[in-house]
Amino acid sequence: MQKRNKNALITTSDEERQNNSTVQARREKEQAGMEASMATASDGSISANSKESASKRAQTLPGTAEQSKEPAEPKEMVTLQIDGITVEVEKGLSLLEAARNIGINIPSLCYLKDINEIGACRVCLVEIEGQRTLQASCVYPSVDGLIVRTNTARVRKARKRTVELLLSNHHRECTTCNRNLNCELQNVADDLAIRDIEPTGEVRRYEIHDNNPAIQRDYNKCIHCRRCEAICSKMQQCHVYSAQNRGFETVIAPAFMRDLGEVACIMCGQCVIACPVGSLTDKESMSPIWEILEDPRNHVVVQTAPSIQVTLGEEFGLPVGTVVTGKMVTALRRLGFDQVFATDFAADLTIMEEAHEFIGRFEEGRLPFLTSCCPGWIKFCEHFYPQFIPNLSTCKSPMSMFGALTRFYHGKKRDIDPERLFSVAIMPCTAKKYEAARPEHSDGKRPHIDYVLTTRELAMMIRQAGIDFAKLPDSEYDSPLGEYTGAGTIFGATGGVMEAALRTAYWAMTGGKKVENSPQEEVREQTVEFREIRGQSGLKISKVRLGDHEIKVAVAHGTGNARQILEAIIAGEKIDYVEIMACPGGCVGGGGQPVLGGRDHRKISLDYRHNRSDALYNIDYSKKLRNSHENATIQNLYKTYLDHPGSEKAHKVLHTAYRARNRWS
Amino acid sequence: MTLQKIQSLEDLNSIKEKTMPYLSLRLGAFGDDRTSQEKAEALASSPYNHSIMVCAGTGCLSSNSQKVKEQLLEEINKRHLADKVEIVKTGCFGFCELGPVVVIHPGAYFYCRIQPEDVQDIFDNHIEKGQAVQRLLYKNPTTHEITETMDENKFFHPQTRIALRNCGIINPEKMDEYIARDGYRALAKVLMEMTPSEVVKTVRDSELRGRGGAGFLTGRKWAFTAAVKQDYKYVVCNADEGDPGAFMDRSILEGDPHAVLEAMAIAGYAVGASEGYIYVRAEYPIAVARLEKAIEEATQKGLLGENILGSGFNFTVEIRLGAGAFVCGEETALLRSVTGQRGEPRSRPPYPAVQGLWDKPTLLNNVETYANIPQIILQGPQWYASIGTEGSKGTKIFSLAGKINNTGLIEVPMGTTLRTIVYEIGGGIPQGKSFKAIQTGGPSGGCLPAEHLDKPIDYESLTEIGSMMGSGGLIVMDESDCMVDIARFYLEFTQDESCGKCTPCRIGTKRLLEIVNRITEGNGKLEDLEILEELGHDIQEASLCGLGQTAPNPVLSTLHYFREEFITHIQDKRCPAGVCKALSRHEIDQEKCISCSICTKHCPVKAISGERKVKPFLIDPDICTNCGICVEKCPPKAILRR
Repeated sequence: MQKRNKNALITTSDEERQNNSTVQARREKEQAGMEASMATASDGSISANSKESASKRAQTLPGTAEQSKEPAEPKEMVTLQIDGITVEVEKGLSLLEAARNIGINIPSLCYLKDINEIGACRVCLVEIEGQRTLQASCVYPSVDGLIVRTNTARVRKARKRTVELLLSNHHRECTTCNRNLNCELQNVADDLAIRDIEPTGEVRRYEIHDNNPAIQRDYNKCIHCRRCEAICSKMQQCHVYSAQNRGFETVIAPAFMRDLGEVACIMCGQCVIACPVGSLTDKESMSPIWEILEDPRNHVVVQTAPSIQVTLGEEFGLPVGTVVTGKMVTALRRLGFDQVFATDFAADLTIMEEAHEFIGRFEEGRLPFLTSCCPGWIKFCEHFYPQFIPNLSTCKSPMSMFGALTRFYHGKKRDIDPERLFSVAIMPCTAKKYEAARPEHSDGKRPHIDYVLTTRELAMMIRQAGIDFAKLPDSEYDSPLGEYTGAGTIFGATGGVMEAALRTAYWAMTGGKKVENSPQEEVREQTVEFREIRGQSGLKISKVRLGDHEIKVAVAHGTGNARQILEAIIAGEKIDYVEIMACPGGCVGGGGQPVLGGRDHRKISLDYRHNRSDALYNIDYSKKLRNSHENATIQNLYKTYLDHPGSEKAHKVLHTAYRARNRWS
Repeated sequence: MTLQKIQSLEDLNSIKEKTMPYLSLRLGAFGDDRTSQEKAEALASSPYNHSIMVCAGTGCLSSNSQKVKEQLLEEINKRHLADKVEIVKTGCFGFCELGPVVVIHPGAYFYCRIQPEDVQDIFDNHIEKGQAVQRLLYKNPTTHEITETMDENKFFHPQTRIALRNCGIINPEKMDEYIARDGYRALAKVLMEMTPSEVVKTVRDSELRGRGGAGFLTGRKWAFTAAVKQDYKYVVCNADEGDPGAFMDRSILEGDPHAVLEAMAIAGYAVGASEGYIYVRAEYPIAVARLEKAIEEATQKGLLGENILGSGFNFTVEIRLGAGAFVCGEETALLRSVTGQRGEPRSRPPYPAVQGLWDKPTLLNNVETYANIPQIILQGPQWYASIGTEGSKGTKIFSLAGKINNTGLIEVPMGTTLRTIVYEIGGGIPQGKSFKAIQTGGPSGGCLPAEHLDKPIDYESLTEIGSMMGSGGLIVMDESDCMVDIARFYLEFTQDESCGKCTPCRIGTKRLLEIVNRITEGNGKLEDLEILEELGHDIQEASLCGLGQTAPNPVLSTLHYFREEFITHIQDKRCPAGVCKALSRHEIDQEKCISCSICTKHCPVKAISGERKVKPFLIDPDICTNCGICVEKCPPKAILRR
C-alpha cells in the first residue's frame, strides 16, 4: 500500500482499490482454474458473495462511475410484503427487484436495470393494496408497509392481455427470425402460457431499414420497449432514437425514420444487445461466406478478435467467461477456413506502432493522445468531437492492420492469387462491419477485409454446420500470424489497450532494463501491470511513472463516459493518454457479442462483462509472453517487412486518416 | 396608465377607488344584488351614461366582434358621444353560440348576433332614445319569447360566477379594472397577514378540488408540495385544455388573466416557489396574448417579480406553448413538455410535488382551479365550502354543446342537476327532438341516458354512474345521434392522441376502435360486445396514465346504457339513428312523393332516378353518399333516412 502511495497514483473507487489489492486472491483463483472465475453460474443463481459485488457493480455502471467515489451513505431500509412474504429492502428499490431477490420472477420486457426503467410495456404489473389500478413493478419504489401481490387472477389477466396486444401487432414469424429461441417476447409469451391472441387486427407494416453495413432495423418486430432509445441516449449519449408519431403509428426510430446509416449513429450495436426481440439485429454476412468457403480454389483467411475466445462459449450454453480459444479454432477449421489467425497478433503490432507514436507525440507535446482501435469511438469522435481528430492515433485498428497485412504481406509471401484470397474477421462488434466498409481500408476496388462476422453470426454458422461445439477438441492458431502475447489479448477489455501500450512504453522508456522491485503497481515475471486502469468503472484516471516522466492516463468505455472525459479535457483537464472504447466494458461488452437476455431473462444486465474480462486477464496471466515487444513474429515482421515502428512502410500499411462528419449523416 | 410600482395595500386601494366608477354601470351583468339606492349612487358616480360591452372572447371574435367594436367606436365619434358612452372589450359572457354578443349597461341589455350594420340602429334607439332594439335581443328558440336583460335570461339566472366573476365585466387588458374588482388583494393579504402554512390551510379548508379532471383535493396537493424540503420549487399552471368542446380555461385566460397570475403567486408563496410556468396551447393565441400582456403589466407594476408589495417574496411567471397534444394535459407529460421533451407521461410515484419540473418539487393546478383561489382567500374557506355538495365544494364551469338550444359556457354550484343544466339553462333540445344522452368528461368520460338527468352533478356521482367530471365538457345528444358512432368518435380521438408509450393504450385502444368500426360497418358479431367490455376493462387496469386508464370509458358507458343500439347494429344491420353510413340509407316515401324532381337536380352524385311528373323516384343506395341534401330540399319531406 505504501509503495502505491509513493507513486502518487490517483485511483478510482474504493471497489477498484479492493479488487486491485487482491493479488493473492487472484492467484488462488488462477490455480483453481477457469471455473472459479465464473461468479454467475449458468442457472443465474447468485451466491451471497457475488450478490454483494453485483450490487456494487450496479453503482459503477457507466455514467454513474463518478458518483461511486463518494462515501456510501447507509441506506434506509423498509419492510414490505410481497405475496405474503415479508421482506426488508432498501427504500426506493423497485418492487420488481425486491421480488426477484426473493425468487419471484416478475416477467418484464421494457425493463433494463439502471438504463431503462420507464414502466412502458406493462408486463410487470402487480397489485398493490390501496391502489386503484395495477402498477408497473419496475418503477414502483419500495416503501414501508406496502402489500404487494404478484400472482392474482387480476394480475395474470392483465399481463396476459398486454402481451397478447403486443403479439397482435408483432411480425410473428418466429421461425425465420434472427432471434428465434433467444427472444424475450417468446419467453414472456411462453411463461404466461399464451395460446390465443384475441382480438387481432391491423398489423403495421414497414420496410426493413438496412442501408448501412452493420445494423438492420425491422420495425415490424419492434415492441416499443424503448431499450434501444435508452441505451443510446443514456449510456452512449448519441441520442439516435426517439419516439415519433402517436398512438398505433408510434415508432421508435432515428429522426424522420431515417436509416441508421443516415444519422449520427456510431454503429456500436449496443441497441442490438439491448433489443429484446429481433427488431435490431446484425446485418448478416453469413451467406457470402458460406459461398466462398464452398469453393476449394479460394484461400480464406480468418482472424478472431481477442474477446471472441471468452464469449463464444456462451452461445453454446457454457458459463459466462469460459475460455474456448482451442475449440473456436477447431470450429473455424471445420467450417472450412484455410488459415485461422488471431487479431491478438495485430493487437501486438498495434502496440508497437501506437507506443512509438505516443512517445513521439509526448515528446512533441501534441497531447492528449487518443487511441484509435475502436471504430464506434472513431465515428463518435468524427461526429461529435471533430476537434479531437488531430489527437487520434493514426494507427489502424488491429483488425484493419491485419486486413492490410493479409493482402500485402501474407498473400504475397504465400503467393496466393489475390482474386482467390479472402479475408474474414470475427469481431465482437457491429461497428467493425462499418469499419471494414470504410474507403480508407480498401484498395479502391475491394476492401482489405471482405467480411466481418459478429460472435453471434459465427455461432450461427457453427450451429448451421452441425458442429457440437462443447465436444470439440482444442487446436492451435496457425502460424505465424496466430502468435500473440497477453498484451494483445487484453485489448478486449476496457483499459487493456492502455495497459498493453504502457507495458511496452515502460519498457521503451526505461531502456528495456529488467524491472526489479518495481515502483509500479504489480510486477509479475517482468511484466508491469497497471491495475488502476482495469475494471468496470466508467471512467478511470490514473498517473503512471514511465522512466523519468509521469503521465496522466484516462480510460473511458461507453461513449457517454467518453463525452465526460472529452468535456473535461475541453475544460482544461490535462491528460496525456486516453483510451476510449465505445462499448461498456470494452470489446467484451461489444455490440456483436452474444445476447444473453433472450435465453435467460435473469441475465438482462451488464454484469456479465466482468466475467468476460476476468477471463481475458486470466489468459494474459497464463501467457508466457505478456508484452507486445516480446512477440517474436512481430520482431521478425519489422526486420523483414516493416523496418521499424513508425517507418514509412509501416505508415503506408498500418496507419489511416479520419474525417469530420456532421450530426445528420 | 401609470407605470408606478404598486407597493402597498394603499396603492391597491387608491387604484380601486379611481377605477371603480368606471365599473359601476357594468356590475349589473350577473345577478346584481345591490340595493336600488346603491344602484342609483353607482349610476351617479359613473362618468358615462352607457357602457357598451363587446365580447372579445375567441367565439365572438371569430364571428367578427372586432368589426362591431370598430363600428361602435365610429358611431360614437360621429355622434360625439365619447364622453357619454364607453365601449369596453371584455371577456366571455358564455353565450358563445349567439355571438357577437353586445351588452349595454345600465340594465344589462343582452344583444346577440350583432353585425356592424346593426350598430346604427342600436345608437338611434337604445342610446339616443332609451328604447331597446327588440329584433336584436335574445329570443328563446322554442317559445320565441324575447328577453331584454341578462337578469331575466334563464341562461344566466341560475349561474353562480366565482371563477368567471370578472368575465364580461372588466377589460382583461386593463389591470386597474382587475384591481378595482379586488384583484391582487388576496395576494396582498397572504403576503402581509398570513404564513405560508395558513394559506395552505385555507385552501385545504375550502375543500376545493382540482378542476382539471381527476378532482384531487387542491389543498392536499399544496400541502404535499409545501412539505417537501428543497431549495427550489416551481408552480405550474395547466392551461392545456384538450377535451373536445371544453373551453372554460381559455375563457378565463382571455377574460381574466390576472386572476390566474395572482393565484399562482399565492401558490408560490404557500409552497415556497418563486418561479411559475403557464403551459398553454398554441391554439389559444388570444389567451396567450392577454396572458403576455398581463404578465408584462403585473411585472411593471411590481405585482410579479422581486420583492412583491415590499414583502421580500419574489415570483415570476413564464409562458410555455404546447403544440396541442391531448396527453400533455396529463401532469407528468405536461412537465416533460415544458422542459422541451416529447410529451409523454411517466409513472407516479414520484409525484410532481416531490419530483416535477427539472426534478424539483412542483405544484401543478389547472386554470379554473387557480381562478377560484383569490376569492377563497378573500371570502374565506367556509364561504367557499358552503357552496356545492358534501364531497364537491364550490362551483364548476361547464361548456354546453351538442343538441341543445343554448350552447356556451356556464358556471353553476356543484350539485346542480343535469336536468337544470339541460332544460333550464340550456333551454332544452332544439327542433322538438327528444333527449337521448349527455356526454360528460370528454374523451375520458361517459354517456349518460335520460334516467340520470336528475343526478346532482359532482365528482362522486358522475364516477358512480360510469362517467366523470373531467374538465367540464357537456355534450347533449338527441335521437338523431348514434351511440355506437359516438363511441367510435371518442375512440378515434384517444387513439390519435395516445402518446404510444404503454402497450394497452397504444394497441388496446386501436383494437377497441377496430371492433367498434366493424360494428358501424355492419360486420360486428355479438361476441364483440363481450370483447369490448373485457378489453376495455383491461385497458383501464393496465394503462400507464389517466389517458389510457379512462380511454375505454365512452365505449363502456355507451355499451352499458345503450347496449340495444349496439345489438341492432350487429343483428339487424341497422343504425336506428341513421348515422352509420353502411347501415342506413335514404329512401323516398312513394306516398308522399310529388314527383317534382327537385331531389334529382340537387343530388351531387346523381343517385336519384325518376322523371318529373312520372313516378317512381328511387335512390340507388350504391351511388348515394348519404349527404342528406335531398332530405333538406324535398318540398313534401318525402325523403327519409333509416
